[in-house]
Amino acid sequence: MMIGRNLLLAVGLACLCLGAAIGLQVVRDTRYPRDQAELALMYVRSPEALRRIALSFDALAADVYWIRALQHYGGDRLSKTKPHKYELLYPLLDLTTSLDRYFTIAYRFGAIFLSEAYPGGAGRPDLAISLLQKGISAQPTKWQYYHDIAFVNYWQLHDMASAAKWFRAAAAQPGAPNWLEPVAVSMLVQGGDRKSARFLLQEILKSEEAWLRRMATRGLMQIDALDAIDGLQRIVNENRPPAGQPYSWQWLIRSGKLPGLPTDRYAPFEIDPATGTVSVSPKSELFPLPGKR
Amino acid sequence: MRISKAHAIRCVAVNVFKESVRDRVPYNLVIFAVLLIASSYLIGQLTAGQDVKIIKDLGLAATAVFGLFIAIFIGIGLVSKEVERRSIYSILSKPISRPQFVLGKYAGLVLTLAVNVAVMTIAMYLVLTYLTYTESVEFRSAWDAPGVDPRMLKAIVLIFVQLMIVTAIALFFSTFSTPLLSAALTFGVFIVGHFNADLKNFDKITESRAAVWLARGVYHLVPDFSAFDVKTEVVHGLPVANGYLVITTAYGLAYIAALLIAAIVIFSRRDFK
Repeated sequence: MMIGRNLLLAVGLACLCLGAAIGLQVVRDTRYPRDQAELALMYVRSPEALRRIALSFDALAADVYWIRALQHYGGDRLSKTKPHKYELLYPLLDLTTSLDRYFTIAYRFGAIFLSEAYPGGAGRPDLAISLLQKGISAQPTKWQYYHDIAFVNYWQLHDMASAAKWFRAAAAQPGAPNWLEPVAVSMLVQGGDRKSARFLLQEILKSEEAWLRRMATRGLMQIDALDAIDGLQRIVNENRPPAGQPYSWQWLIRSGKLPGLPTDRYAPFEIDPATGTVSVSPKSELFPLPGKR
Repeated sequence: MRISKAHAIRCVAVNVFKESVRDRVPYNLVIFAVLLIASSYLIGQLTAGQDVKIIKDLGLAATAVFGLFIAIFIGIGLVSKEVERRSIYSILSKPISRPQFVLGKYAGLVLTLAVNVAVMTIAMYLVLTYLTYTESVEFRSAWDAPGVDPRMLKAIVLIFVQLMIVTAIALFFSTFSTPLLSAALTFGVFIVGHFNADLKNFDKITESRAAVWLARGVYHLVPDFSAFDVKTEVVHGLPVANGYLVITTAYGLAYIAALLIAAIVIFSRRDFK
């Protein structure tokens, strides 16, 4: 009986101590908040060294680096204060894909992170292409990598000739969908237009990958915004304010040319008071737009 | 009383297995199952749809790591513990020869490993089955390989053969060395075995023929563990030729036979007086 009582006492004491420790931890964190900034540090940057350290667990190490790349990208994208974003993104993706050469999602997702214009992404389409080319050297018949290089050339670099070349290369791979060839032709013939972009994004929207569909949805909204900006710009140009007055939405609304404040899905469009140039707001989720075509 | 050789080996093997159960080795199976189930939920939140790939990677890696620890930490004590406890005298006074004793010890630990690997495999397939059937058909079609993929068994077979080699190495060292030294040596061989493919290409960095031949000799002498690693291929659904599986398994078995013969020879010549 005594043993049972002593045991109960010991367990109670242990719980009490643990409770006290938790309480002290909460007090310390409240009074002396520690710097939450991510330590931008990679101890090992050499893929070869890491592959050796990982022994035969390189695929698992790749998973760890992939998760870290996702956290790094997400954290930097959401951060409002960090001055230099995405510094570790390419090294992390390079390590991930060196440890697991067949990590398809790391190449494809990584290319989107890298190519998207800053601050939405790293603004490095060159690195995105180099990452995808690394994927091609691992799996030369994977049409998706060729397609993604074409897309980066088209969407971010606006290089229609290169985009057409890569779309054609994608179409030549086994199992490639038959819509790639017409897209390549369209790039060459029309020099790339929003119609082609919309078609391409609508094809991507059919993808099984949720993240690709999200990216395509955003791309389609950006094209809608570009169309809207063209329409608004036409109205602004045709309805200049009286001499000495700035360009403004209020003037156009008052004169009955616009029913209300024009917005994309996230924020009102901006108008430059001096020049009348219409653009998407930096506060909008669609900012920055991929460039007018 | 005369007993058959096979029966003697079986008796020793069953005792090793029972001892490992008494030593709570199966507890690691519970840890493994909890690790997989817990991580399957957490990983799903972190990996942008790569949970099945990561569960496969984690499951295969954990099978290899848990098995490695069992093989090394039990393997090193198989013989030396009996010698230290002096229980070797009573065992060898029974109608069991020294080779039967060594083979029995080895078979017992391999049996323990086989049960471990089998249970871990079942746990991994159960988690993968759950993940597969909770995802939509469209989502599943984006995976490199099916969630429940029988081709993963190829990697598991090679992991098991690799663990059998590690056990044989640990047993070999255990016949003439202390447990601590045996553990260090076995672990050292395991690490070197992952790099020895570099020794094969030594001629590319030196012109000395002697050095090249020495490196080539060490390459053949040290077990080539990197050859047993097909985890990445099976996880991505890439082909692993049956011929490769057969040759690598046969290589492993031949290497194990050589180690066991060496262990028997050393143990048979030991004087316990």
